[in-house]
Amino acid sequence: MSAYLSIRNLTVRLKNGPVILRSVSLEVAAGQVHGLVGESGAGKSMIGKTLLGTLPRAMEITAGEIWLDGTELLSQSPADRRRRIGATAALIPQDPLTALNPSKRIGPQITRRLVDILGWTAADADARARELLDEVQIPQISRVMRSYPHELSGGMRQRILIASAFAAEPKLIIADEPTTALDVTVQKQILRLIRNMQHRHGTALLFVTHDLGVVSKICDTLSVLYAGKVVEEARMQRFFMRPIHPYSQALLAATPSYLDPEGSLMPVPANVIDAVEEEVRFHDIRAGTR
Amino acid sequence: MMYEIRDLRLSFPDLAHKPLLGAAPRVEVLKGISFDLPKGTVLGIVGGSGSGKSTLGRAMLRLLKPDAGSIRFDGTDITHMDEDALRGMRRRFQMIFQDPMSSLNPRRRVGGLIAGPMRLHRMDNVDARVKEALDMVGLPQSFAARYPHELSGGQRQRVGIARAIALRPDFILADEIVSGLDVSSQAQVLNFLGELVRDLGLTLAFISHDLSVIRRLCTRVLVLHQGEIVEEADTAQLFDAPRADYTRELLSAIPLPDPHQRWV
Repeated sequence: MSAYLSIRNLTVRLKNGPVILRSVSLEVAAGQVHGLVGESGAGKSMIGKTLLGTLPRAMEITAGEIWLDGTELLSQSPADRRRRIGATAALIPQDPLTALNPSKRIGPQITRRLVDILGWTAADADARARELLDEVQIPQISRVMRSYPHELSGGMRQRILIASAFAAEPKLIIADEPTTALDVTVQKQILRLIRNMQHRHGTALLFVTHDLGVVSKICDTLSVLYAGKVVEEARMQRFFMRPIHPYSQALLAATPSYLDPEGSLMPVPANVIDAVEEEVRFHDIRAGTR
Repeated sequence: MMYEIRDLRLSFPDLAHKPLLGAAPRVEVLKGISFDLPKGTVLGIVGGSGSGKSTLGRAMLRLLKPDAGSIRFDGTDITHMDEDALRGMRRRFQMIFQDPMSSLNPRRRVGGLIAGPMRLHRMDNVDARVKEALDMVGLPQSFAARYPHELSGGQRQRVGIARAIALRPDFILADEIVSGLDVSSQAQVLNFLGELVRDLGLTLAFISHDLSVIRRLCTRVLVLHQGEIVEEADTAQLFDAPRADYTRELLSAIPLPDPHQRWV
């Protein structure tokens, strides 16, 4: 299967500062879910930000290519790149409360992008929004469209953002820890919903998370990130059966499971951290980014 | 008994539905909670968001005043005790907060942060006790001179724990203290918290939405749903044979790091 999104040797650094992403390469095939796993500070969110062109100003891309559906993005002008990404990609953010404008009703927040950026008529956009809210199983659609974000529960808000992400039939969706703010029973519903929507629409999905439990429920393939470097890339089944990199093994051993209360909970051992740090340093020297 | 809690009720004003004039309607958060907490127990309090688990914790420490019911702490009724009388008691029940970054004053050094509550309670040998507390949570003495922003998340949470245990309390409430940490620091904090509780003979209430974490640490579990206890059981029993429908729902919703458990 050909990759819909292909990132090649992407290097991002703080201007005059440390390297944030170290020659990251990954591929997401159409209709597949690719997980991006790592602990905080590993740079997993930065990959999504680079894709969407929302990197903080203090950071710069120093090398690499991003291929989206056969077109290289980084060689295009920023305006062309934005237009192309806006038309083909969408984001499901982590915190639905900060992603929605608290002073605007839900309806316009879904339809605005369709009308303003994609040039739909207001009637078409409205019909599409209703169709999608129905698809994400929101009851009393007319009432919800007239509501403000604070009037809805966390799970409802996340459903709305999922509907909104799928509104323009994007070919690629980046989900950045979309269930971290939700409790487990709601998380289960939302993960199911994202997976079903992704499947039905044949979207390529890049799923950023720190939770290996969640990865095992939704992803087809995954990359494990440490200090901005991909330490392991694997198909999901293989990864959980036989993780190859010591850091991946340590990460799995540190994840608690309620089925195994006596099993010792192993923090990532210092020697593993040292070894990965060493690998990262070696990479930097070779790439001349130090 | 560390705590005897009977028919505890607590409500908050619902400001979203407050009429322009007149009082806001009340939302009942705790709807008659009763349980006993024997000394030395590590109690897990679990429930979804909005289940009232944090409210229950705060009422146990009398950071909130209940509407009705009673709370007895080590035999003393603290339900309606006034602030002056409570102040003398407060050393004995301490709290560790979810987010150490917002509960530790960023302008004070770790040593001062740990010493502060002890000075407030007029304890002696404060400096020696600070050193001892750092020791117990496995932080080097030199950390006393650091500021919170110079520490990692796991280290900050250790400072939060050191601060609570330095007072030599009888009871500690830990409210979602590992949910903000990466799995590797989470594993560390859980492991040493378990040891600490055993060594010091503490009674601990551990609030969490994560049942995997509860199973590691706790001997007994309360499951809260919409302000009511739906199940109370020993940990092994709760996981092996959950009785309440809501407990079963919670258990089946945990994503295990195992591709064979398929529910999507």
